[in-house]
Amino acid sequence: MSVLTTPMDDTRAVTAVPTPRPLRLVRHSLALARRSLIKTRRTPEALIDVTIQPIIFLTLFVYIFGGAVAGSTHQYLQFLLPGILAQMIGTGAVAIGVNLNTDIEKGVFDRFRSLPIPRSAPLLGVVLADFVRYALVIVMTLGCGFVMGFRIETGPLQALFGCVVTVAFAMSLSWVSVYIGMIARSSGAVQGIMFLIVLPLSFGSNVFVQTTTMPGWLQAFVRVNPLTQLVGTTRGLFLGGPVARPLLWTVLWMVGLVSVFMPLALRAYRRRA
Amino acid sequence: MTNAIEAHGLVKRFGSTTALDGVSLAARSGTVLGVLGPNGAGKTTAVRILATLIRPEAGSARVGGHDVLRHPERVRELIGLTGQYASVDEDLSGTQNLVLIGQLLDLRRPAARARAKELLEWFDLTDAADRPAKTYSGGMRRRLDLAASLVGRPQVVFLDEPTTGLDPAKREDMWGVIRRLVADGSTVLLTTQYLEEADALADEITVIDHGKVIAHDTPDGLKRIVGSQTLRVRPADPSRTDDVARLLVAVTGATPELQAQGAVTVPVDGDAVLGQVVPRLAAVGITVTELSLQLPSLDEVFFALTGRRETIAPVLSKESVA
Repeated sequence: MSVLTTPMDDTRAVTAVPTPRPLRLVRHSLALARRSLIKTRRTPEALIDVTIQPIIFLTLFVYIFGGAVAGSTHQYLQFLLPGILAQMIGTGAVAIGVNLNTDIEKGVFDRFRSLPIPRSAPLLGVVLADFVRYALVIVMTLGCGFVMGFRIETGPLQALFGCVVTVAFAMSLSWVSVYIGMIARSSGAVQGIMFLIVLPLSFGSNVFVQTTTMPGWLQAFVRVNPLTQLVGTTRGLFLGGPVARPLLWTVLWMVGLVSVFMPLALRAYRRRA
Repeated sequence: MTNAIEAHGLVKRFGSTTALDGVSLAARSGTVLGVLGPNGAGKTTAVRILATLIRPEAGSARVGGHDVLRHPERVRELIGLTGQYASVDEDLSGTQNLVLIGQLLDLRRPAARARAKELLEWFDLTDAADRPAKTYSGGMRRRLDLAASLVGRPQVVFLDEPTTGLDPAKREDMWGVIRRLVADGSTVLLTTQYLEEADALADEITVIDHGKVIAHDTPDGLKRIVGSQTLRVRPADPSRTDDVARLLVAVTGATPELQAQGAVTVPVDGDAVLGQVVPRLAAVGITVTELSLQLPSLDEVFFALTGRRETIAPVLSKESVA
């Protein structure tokens, strides 16, 4: 067999790699996720909300309220840690919207929009990159908890599954922030709106105290709150207890958040001139 | 010769303001179309429609033979866009910026790196290749931005005010780059506020004002309308301004304009007039602090085209002081 070697000028072959569309979407999204990660590495202080903040919240709440709320700081730590994890997921979701809004203001996304890539790739990319931040939240919260005396009362598999559910929920919640980042007029506004959403969700929940101690009208809100369901799931998976019901609600919330806010965010992105 | 860019009757409104009010333009393949106009004339809006970033309310446009509304994805495969504000990613290095674009254009990683290196060399950014773009000077960012739009060797390049804010030397560099692009076969649509820039680069010029095309011509044709050059004389003694004006009428036959600081300007056809003006000024004992020939400013172009006098753009002049 004779091989005809032609000098392949790689750089000329710009559109010469025809690949199926879904694969292109994955590849482009990953390339854009890499961009976000490079930015994060250049500005490590942008990770304070997922590194230092969990430590501060966990230690403050455990040592200030532990004795009063649960009788001992250790018992409160066991109860509180899955809750703080969920709260940090909530506050951690603010950054993605703020960053996106800034990027769009600066015109970086104009370039992406003029390229022959799927329109959803830039948004998928930033959400994918957020995985690293949420993984960090889990590592920092659990790490700090262990140092303070937190112990998993189930098994490593359940605990790992709890972490997976947490990250999956976080990435679903990210789409809310992405949507707000698309429609708000400034990055400051994104921050304000997101805190307006995250604060009631994280405090109006079972994060800090048992739901049964609250007045009835508040319980109604707490029970439908997605963070309550997430905390119920992780408490069950970390400490034992019923998991099926809160897990079902958590998954339903995840499906709901993604199927509502992802299309909304993509539409807002397409419209934003 | 076919048109690489063609637009008919583009209309775009933002709320109650009409940014484009029926703009039509065309650029032949392998040429430079200059789109000249003041801030807010609608230049950027037109570019954004042609680059598939926004959709017009009315009108149609084709780029490289593809309809920008019906087949934007085809158009995106052909174009490069350099925005008015350098849209490079500040946290990424020069190399990372260009490699990212290469990967998004489906280059394999080694190919993307090779293309990035080649472009960084071409744009004289090799030394800064690994520094974050936020440490770059304004001129370097512009160059990186332009490089980013050229990664995919686009057939059609949109340059939205590529030299606004650059110092004259950097501007000349940018012009060299644009000329090379055209020599390589690209079609360029260049927006600018400077007649001089359009004159230096464009094969044809479309003048836009308030969202409407008010003139379309070759640079020479346009200069015939507005006068090819302007003679500017400023007497050392401001009280002699009227004498200077009278003298210029006598020499050129055109009506002089009084400018700030006692200067007088008058349109002229060539530099021969200098040889008459200088001895006459000397003969009547007028000393001057400024005597120069310059291309008409955008203000003067608009005055000639619309009869309206308004200050709209900074004057860019390569002054040849006699």
